[in-house]
Amino acid sequence: MNLLEVRNLRVWDGRGGSVLVSDSSFQLKKGSCLAIIGESGSGKSLTCRAIMGLNRRGLLQSGKIRFKGVDLNELDEREMRSRRGKQLYMILQNGMRAFDPSSVIGVHLRETLARHYHWNKSETTEKLRQAMQSVRLQDPIGILNKYPHQLSGGMLQRVMIALALLLEPDVILADEPTTALDTVSKFEVVEQFIQLRERTGCSMIFVSHELGVVKKLADEVMVMRAGSVIESGTAAAIFSNARHEYTRYLTSSQRKLNDRFQELMGGAGIADR
Amino acid sequence: MLTVEGVYKTYRKGGIFSRERQHILQDISFEYKEGECLGIIGESGSGKSTLGRLLLGIEKPDRGTILLQGESVEKKGGRRGRISAVFQDYTSSINPYFTVEQAILEPLTLQPDGLEAKRDKVGRLLRQVGLDSSFRSKYPHELSGGQIQRVCIARAVATESPCILLDEAISSLDGSVQMQVLELLKELKDSFRLGYLFITHDIQSAAYLCDRVLILRSGQIEEIVDIKELKNVQSPYAQKLLRMMIT
Repeated sequence: MNLLEVRNLRVWDGRGGSVLVSDSSFQLKKGSCLAIIGESGSGKSLTCRAIMGLNRRGLLQSGKIRFKGVDLNELDEREMRSRRGKQLYMILQNGMRAFDPSSVIGVHLRETLARHYHWNKSETTEKLRQAMQSVRLQDPIGILNKYPHQLSGGMLQRVMIALALLLEPDVILADEPTTALDTVSKFEVVEQFIQLRERTGCSMIFVSHELGVVKKLADEVMVMRAGSVIESGTAAAIFSNARHEYTRYLTSSQRKLNDRFQELMGGAGIADR
Repeated sequence: MLTVEGVYKTYRKGGIFSRERQHILQDISFEYKEGECLGIIGESGSGKSTLGRLLLGIEKPDRGTILLQGESVEKKGGRRGRISAVFQDYTSSINPYFTVEQAILEPLTLQPDGLEAKRDKVGRLLRQVGLDSSFRSKYPHELSGGQIQRVCIARAVATESPCILLDEAISSLDGSVQMQVLELLKELKDSFRLGYLFITHDIQSAAYLCDRVLILRSGQIEEIVDIKELKNVQSPYAQKLLRMMIT
């Protein structure tokens, strides 16, 4: 069953008229993870933000985005707002910019939870504490009282995942969540994403150009180039026998790096998960 | 060529009047031979970039010495023409009012050649990094990330210094462009007999380019290992780091 269905999505600049995403269509099955890969500027993030209705004002979009029987494109801002967070949840690349820099993390989290649940203060704190501990953040109460700039990128990313655990959204859109992280925090964040899916059973759209991470998480992969979808299929098919030359080019440059590393490591000693 | 001995670096924690110091680097000592490609890897916050800035002489260590061909890097004359750099944030590493040509000419102003000769050189350098001469008159905002990083590399090569420090130079580029730039660096390494100090958190690209890697952990050297011996790293931290690679 398709949870989300995007048909003929088109995003263009209202002033210049240049088309940024042209005619892309895809479906997200319930409980599966769709990865969108492509180089920067290929329209991956724009597609994500178009689904959330978060593109900046100058950008216009057309097409159908059917989610639970409703076309999101036709909803007004108020109706869209009630869906964001609880039903559609977005995780951004840059944790520093995703949180309000002028208040501590706790304020942001409580505010979001208060919109969707009727929990009292101590209940909220207790739930947050549990969620943050389950993504392996030590000292949750301390973190709630810190400003975004006092935490590392990996920690902020895990805070966002903890919030997702509490909101239990239907669809999670993750826009390059691991790109800015180093090896160790990347590993931990990917691990948490896998667990998040296991716990909440949510569907996921995962935007990334890191094929290693995509391989680990995705069931299906969609390749974008210069604003249009050029190939899509199951992860195994895309990585082993891609039909399109561009896809092969993308996967081959990753493989080259990988091969050298494997050769040095003697092909062993690297755990799959 | 580069000798680092007993380097310590601390930053003041809190306000200007605070007495508390945060240790960024502790007791760093290593040797770098000319023409070698040394990778400096570590997590974020491990002091990689601070070490890079000390090696470039942009900042001074609290204690210890850094000698570049026998002279201290803290003296301007000691490092001129011997080390150059490419940084991660390509959006801010070229003056936005400069064209590509002006940007590459800038480090050549002190050299005695005439303007014509220098212009020729710019053309040659651009070709070598895979850009044609139509890029000369372009401004940084007209280029993509990969193209700007190529211009930065051309600018670093222009001074003919034998060693280039690359501080996360490819980390903000995407997969296939990363590979193109890595290939370019390999090529330049052979044709100009360059050496690199390659600072990164991406072990795979370090493994691709480097001869030796230095693993930093919270400001201290955990291990220095030949790339061929990477699978036999001794320290538990380095082993953990390699296990956590997502390939």
